[in-house]
Amino acid sequence: MLYQLEGSQAVARAIALCRPEVVCAYPITPQTHIVEGVGELVRSGQLKNCQYLNVESEMAAISVAIGSQAAGVRSYTATSSQGLLYMMEAVYNASGLELPIVMTLGNRAIGSPLNIWNDHADAMSARDAGWLMLFAENNQEAADLHIQAFKIAETLRLPVMVCMDGFILTHAYEKVDLPDQKEVDEFLPPYKPAFSLDPKDPCAIGAMVSPEYFMEVRYMAHRRQLEACSVIEKVGIEFSAKFKRNTGGLLRTYHTENAETVVVAMGSVLGTIKDTVDELNHTNGNGKFGVLSLISYRPFPDKEIREALKNAKRVIVVEKAFALGRGGILAREIELALKGLDIEIITVVAGLGGRIITKTMLTEVFQQPKGDLIFLGLREDIIRQEYKTVLDQRGA
Amino acid sequence: MSSLTMGNRFGQHTSVQSSSNRPNTLTSGHRACQGCGEGLAARCAIDAAYTAAKGKIAVVNATGCLEVVSCAFPDNSWNVPWIHSLFGNTAAVASGVAAAFKNKGQTDVRVIAQGGDGGTTDIGMGCLSGMFDRNDDVLYICYDNQAYMNTGVQRSSATPALARTATTMPNSQYNGSDPETGKNVPDIAMAHGIPYVAVASVGNIHDLERKVAKAINIRGAKYIQIHCPCPLGWGFPTAETIRIARLALKSGMYPLFEAENGVLVGSTPIEDQIPVEEYLRVQKRFAHLFGKRAIPENIGILQKIANNNIKKYRLGGM
Repeated sequence: MLYQLEGSQAVARAIALCRPEVVCAYPITPQTHIVEGVGELVRSGQLKNCQYLNVESEMAAISVAIGSQAAGVRSYTATSSQGLLYMMEAVYNASGLELPIVMTLGNRAIGSPLNIWNDHADAMSARDAGWLMLFAENNQEAADLHIQAFKIAETLRLPVMVCMDGFILTHAYEKVDLPDQKEVDEFLPPYKPAFSLDPKDPCAIGAMVSPEYFMEVRYMAHRRQLEACSVIEKVGIEFSAKFKRNTGGLLRTYHTENAETVVVAMGSVLGTIKDTVDELNHTNGNGKFGVLSLISYRPFPDKEIREALKNAKRVIVVEKAFALGRGGILAREIELALKGLDIEIITVVAGLGGRIITKTMLTEVFQQPKGDLIFLGLREDIIRQEYKTVLDQRGA
Repeated sequence: MSSLTMGNRFGQHTSVQSSSNRPNTLTSGHRACQGCGEGLAARCAIDAAYTAAKGKIAVVNATGCLEVVSCAFPDNSWNVPWIHSLFGNTAAVASGVAAAFKNKGQTDVRVIAQGGDGGTTDIGMGCLSGMFDRNDDVLYICYDNQAYMNTGVQRSSATPALARTATTMPNSQYNGSDPETGKNVPDIAMAHGIPYVAVASVGNIHDLERKVAKAINIRGAKYIQIHCPCPLGWGFPTAETIRIARLALKSGMYPLFEAENGVLVGSTPIEDQIPVEEYLRVQKRFAHLFGKRAIPENIGILQKIANNNIKKYRLGGM
């Protein structure tokens, strides 16, 4: 059924449709409306049979989810930015313990300086934590990805982080089609844990592992990440067959077939990118530009990306995070996927800390990129002035 | 056998440990040091909880000595559902376990969180306070050996005044742990107004078992702190663990008491109080208080702490 909803409310309702049994809430902007929304659904009785815990920190939020999932029930929480960093020790722990927790990450910059607005620095900090990481392009996809996430997580016994851009998605009102409970129940069967804390059949979870076994454990975790590609794809196909919508999967292509330049990005900026590419193709009249929307960042679908980009002459990666002193993060991974192909790769770092990304800015950089690492809309005047001060202070 | 025989005669004094039906929740063969107070306390506490809860318990363990000695893959010493997550999040993991059992309608499964003093009073304090705040249905047991033993005897906020640790080494300028530092976590637990708080000791196993058995069937948040002498960290022969624990009790350095809903309801009286010196002299961690450079006032500082305990927790009788 169609609703006009804030992104966070759409996600809260999608979560409720998945019947989590334990939800833990700790406020952090811009994720807060999601856990508020779930709490409201619990208190109003719309989400039955669910324990809703107000916890004292993000570390507690993820730890409660670890405990409840280990005791055999479907568990959910949400966070953003500093909150993800604060819980990071337990983020690694959850994947190591093979607990299929689903968590929303309302993407936000990481300070200092303090900044509550959107970029992807928080998600990038968790890229090696062993979680599957899916990026939503719009609120419909954000809602749908959560329903798919529980199924993917529980199939693989791996936690899934659903990333949605803070404010741009979490606070935006859009038309969202939410399935009814019966349909979701048919798609997502009740959670059956592979192991749990059960007095009738005791097991020990979370052993100390010595050098003789540790590499094998980590290698198995790596293998499961690789296997996740086919599971994500399969669940996406099942979802679209049932709900008649193409959301989820590993990636989506847009006019890439004959494109000379393909733009790669994740998240909400893809809407602006597609509009820009439409205009460029219309003006030029030759369809020179295409777009690759990356949904699954972890696992990273090398094979599918290579297949989609192999005929391009130039790939422009627009990313909302970068490695200080090094450059693009996503771009380096794309480069690895395209190894050996004669394709120029350009990194466009854009939208840090909520900096606006306009069609005008994108049009210019797509047509005439200057250099292979571009900071979109960087205010050179401020940089020149500030750098002069820095040099003066150093006495250089 | 002798204790079993005694048990037959004085039924009401039988301990879980002397029973031939002892559940052995923590089996022999684990890797704790000889004379480990924590291993003994954990076995007694979890056995008592298991018996009182008719076998329906689940245990969450903090990182630390108890964890590393009992779960080094491929071995496992626990005969109960058991999970280790991290060092500082044990209370929160237990809150999650309790929430799951509550939602499944299995509130007969009693949830225990356990950790050392470092994992409880320092790095785990935030999650512990959160668990108290929500009054989650968890019994948290802190095995207090008064320093970070697993990492090599560093000071924690439970380290007693003037004790030597690897990070409070006495020298000509310093006398062990600063007597102006430290925190009283049983008091902090009481300040949360939770249903039950108790302090126990391996020097009094019957009392320890009774408190655990009582706590495990109380609904809501419970906290028990158990004094666990550590031969390695404190510096005493491995056969002396129980004797040292009893000297702590008799000197007033470790008051045994119970509190309900934030109010002191009972304490274990000291029958024949000994000077703290008798407790301190037998441990190398206090050796600097008696050497050539000894400052007589230092013993007075510790005697004052013991005297205050006796007064505050009514160890002279309620």
